[in-house]
Amino acid sequence: MKINKFYVVMLLLALVAPFVLYPVFLAKLLCFALFACAFNLMLGYVGLLSFGHAAFLGTGGYITGWLMMNSGLTPEIAILLGTAAAGVLGAIYGKLSVKREGIYFAMVTLALSQLVFFIYLQAPFTGGEDGMQGVPRGNLFGLIDLSDNLNMYYFVLAIFLFGFWLIHRTIHSPFGQVLKAIRENEPRAVSLGYNVNDYKWVAFTISAALAGLAGSTKTLVFQLASLTDVHWHMSGEVVLMTLVGGVGTIFGPVVGAGVIVTMQNYLSGGELGNYIHIIMGFIFVVCVLAFRSGIVGEFQKVWKRNFG
Amino acid sequence: MKMMKKTLLAASVAAFASTGAMAEISDGKVKIGVLADMGGVYADICGQGCVTATQMAVEDFGGTVLGAPIEIVSADDQLKPDVGSAIVRKWVENEQVDAVGGMVSSAVTGAATKVTTDAKKIALISTSASNAFTTKQCSPYNVHWTYNVVALAKGTVKPMVEAGKKKWFFITADYAFGHALEGVATKVIEENGGEVVGAARAPLGTTDFSSYILQAQSSGADVVALANAGNDTVNSLKAASEFGLTQMMDVAGLLVFTPNAQAMDPNVAGGMRTTTGFYWDLDEKTREWSKRFMERHGSIPAMGHAGAYSMTMHYLKAIEAAGTDDSDAVIRKMKEMKPDDFFSRNATLRNDGRMVHDMYYVEIKKPDERRDDNDIFKVVSTIPGDQAYAPMLPECDFK
Amino acid sequence: MATFLGINLFGLFGQLLVGLINGSFYALLSLGLAIIFGLLKIINFAQGAMYMLGAFAAWLALNYLGINYWAALVVVPLVVGLVGVLMERFLIRPIANEDHLYSLLLTFGFALMLQGLFTHMYGSSGLSYSIPEALSGGTKLPFMYLPDYRAWIICASVVVCGLTWWMIEKTKLGAYLRAGTENPQLMQAFGINVPLIVTLTFGFGVALAGLAGVMAAPIYSVTPDMGSNLLIVVFAIVVIGGMGSIGGAILTGLGMGVIEGLTKYFYPEASNTVIFLVMVIVLLLKPAGLFGKEA
Repeated sequence: MKINKFYVVMLLLALVAPFVLYPVFLAKLLCFALFACAFNLMLGYVGLLSFGHAAFLGTGGYITGWLMMNSGLTPEIAILLGTAAAGVLGAIYGKLSVKREGIYFAMVTLALSQLVFFIYLQAPFTGGEDGMQGVPRGNLFGLIDLSDNLNMYYFVLAIFLFGFWLIHRTIHSPFGQVLKAIRENEPRAVSLGYNVNDYKWVAFTISAALAGLAGSTKTLVFQLASLTDVHWHMSGEVVLMTLVGGVGTIFGPVVGAGVIVTMQNYLSGGELGNYIHIIMGFIFVVCVLAFRSGIVGEFQKVWKRNFG
Repeated sequence: MKMMKKTLLAASVAAFASTGAMAEISDGKVKIGVLADMGGVYADICGQGCVTATQMAVEDFGGTVLGAPIEIVSADDQLKPDVGSAIVRKWVENEQVDAVGGMVSSAVTGAATKVTTDAKKIALISTSASNAFTTKQCSPYNVHWTYNVVALAKGTVKPMVEAGKKKWFFITADYAFGHALEGVATKVIEENGGEVVGAARAPLGTTDFSSYILQAQSSGADVVALANAGNDTVNSLKAASEFGLTQMMDVAGLLVFTPNAQAMDPNVAGGMRTTTGFYWDLDEKTREWSKRFMERHGSIPAMGHAGAYSMTMHYLKAIEAAGTDDSDAVIRKMKEMKPDDFFSRNATLRNDGRMVHDMYYVEIKKPDERRDDNDIFKVVSTIPGDQAYAPMLPECDFK
Repeated sequence: MATFLGINLFGLFGQLLVGLINGSFYALLSLGLAIIFGLLKIINFAQGAMYMLGAFAAWLALNYLGINYWAALVVVPLVVGLVGVLMERFLIRPIANEDHLYSLLLTFGFALMLQGLFTHMYGSSGLSYSIPEALSGGTKLPFMYLPDYRAWIICASVVVCGLTWWMIEKTKLGAYLRAGTENPQLMQAFGINVPLIVTLTFGFGVALAGLAGVMAAPIYSVTPDMGSNLLIVVFAIVVIGGMGSIGGAILTGLGMGVIEGLTKYFYPEASNTVIFLVMVIVLLLKPAGLFGKEA
């Protein structure tokens, strides 16, 4: 009951936010929140650190952007196909990487995403360094004009809620329980007869598809897909968001994305623009040394200690 | 939602109606955003210098126009189209910016001008080279001032092909600008009976050009054309000299900005010819302005700096003449009025947004010809604007 | 132009040479990574930043202290190694008992900070460092012009890598090292200061990156992101070679440089991707890497 009230308040806040804050900024925040949630599905619930999730973000973005520019499809279809493309890529990469663990998994995913980066750099359809520019936002279902920033925001909010709900469902399903069992004690899960690699592989694919969904949506918001989204710095950023917010908590990535995107928004363009990487690196170091459970995780600890 | 917007609009109209002289200036001020590369390979040709030049124009204009203050904001695009376009979007949608100036990398400018055009704001392009902004991607709100790739190719390539250098190899910056320059230059070469024997595409900001230089070396070309800019040109020339390429073939820098020419080894770069839209040491007027710029900025102006100043001045004069900062009225006035200052010689701003003015074919001085570090170019000839630029496309004739 | 079976030898040899030079840097960096990994079981994500630090240190030493290239070759690795020692002692050791992923993230954050700091101070456009006078010439070979400095890099890298390999695999010092990692408790019982060995080895691995940085300064311009771009390639090389294999790191580093060079000649569009493609193939056929032992 308490949780439900919390959700309702959050939703109301999200609905009125664009009247106070710049809608494009809010939409960007939601895209990254979804991206971080998708990433957290792997790190937080399977215990595998993927250092290559930018590949899926970028793939979703490029495919959706290309379809919007060349196919005449409506945005919701283009987003679906972009998401599917990222999912397929995720399935392939998952096959190659889930057999590895820990650091090996991180490095393999990183190297695979770099392969994708260079392919997009060379492929003519992405526009290379210029990026894919001037992607039309189109009309949702052929009816609602998304070039209006408010309409766009509510569409992004709907997508985010869908993605968030899906992750929530996945975690709390029997499938999610097996994932957690694998995270906690993999040999035991194996001895119970679960095909661990298959579970990891499916989780990886879902995570990749949702990262692609975030990328597809982001491309529509900014009307541009670029190499930044596929660069490994982006993979690092999403790790940071999740770490800051709280690994393995359902709300952590949202909070973390909020903190990082807000910080970037106010620092970029300003006098402090130069400091952004220094600050991000510093947060990384501090989080790892002292706050490994992140904002939400630490909050939960304090809550439990005092009220639980 | 609609209701709210209308109320806001009514409120703002009422607010500004009462301020009298500023009635025609939206939000009570004229705000110019300067988008530049503050720390990257183009920082010397349009970074803080572009901000300084724009500031000088605002100060020389008097700091206010039609009674309203003129404000400048600036940002670092990091040479990334996504970063640049997001900044410009924030400026025009949320921060009441009326015109966006600066603009270096053509990739960023391409993305940024899409946003300004959608928002009906004026783009004052000072340092980008691609000709797309007044052709393929032309827009009624684009103003392209200093130079473009057509002027570079016609100015530098044509005389060399005519002098018998027939086989060309390109080392090209791998993005909008490099592709445009290579494309235009190839056309000029082929029209004049030459041929292109190969091209190597190097990413923006490449630090080791050796493998591209080796490709050029084994191509059997007469001339290796550097279709890049900024530090890329400096670094590729350095590699060319290290591998002995400069002794085997001619090297042509298609776009050499003065700060970059300063950074090159004069023994290697001396005698190389290129085309520029401005040089600080042309006459009394250019020296006077450049001296003031130098005092503020610490080094001699590149052509984009002078262009940014000249263009901002013209924009502000047009606001004054139009009596409003409404983009449509201002751009019409900008095109009606003839730009004429130390930078713009025999100049007109065409309906496609291309500012056509005299260009200069220059030679980089050899070490023994230089008075001091700032004595870089000698002018070989002046190219009249109508010969330097391509004619206007009918579909870009925005009246 | 000399050709053989339709291949332009001038071009081919040139690209092979450039590949071998890149390979020299790959080898030095992946060797450093392999040493650190072998001992601490962590991936030092800051290895690229240390390489960058080495190049900047060389530049700063020359421009502010008048320390020339040759002196920098000795001084800079010591300084960078010291940074590594401090980093291990005060950042990595406190979390040594946590999941190794945390140390990877920590070094990643540290690298980000260093890179941001240098970007803030020197911009991203690059500083130039001249080739030392003694090596500024070149030699005309039958098929190509070989700048002396490039030849020096290959020789120096091979010698340094070889010596390091010999030291770790063949000397008593190396034996202590290997024993200390396999069974730290036992070594401790024998009165050997294992934490000190760990710290010094980390410092040594990092110093190798610093050395590579000094060597790179004259040919690549000195930029804050020079290390981060290289590091990902080095990671792929480590995966290909097999983690923890010292010899594997050296051979794969040089080999991949050559493969890259060949690709640059025959199909330049794929030159950036080829190493990652090799990695995928190796992963499919030999998941533990070419020289790695199956875990």
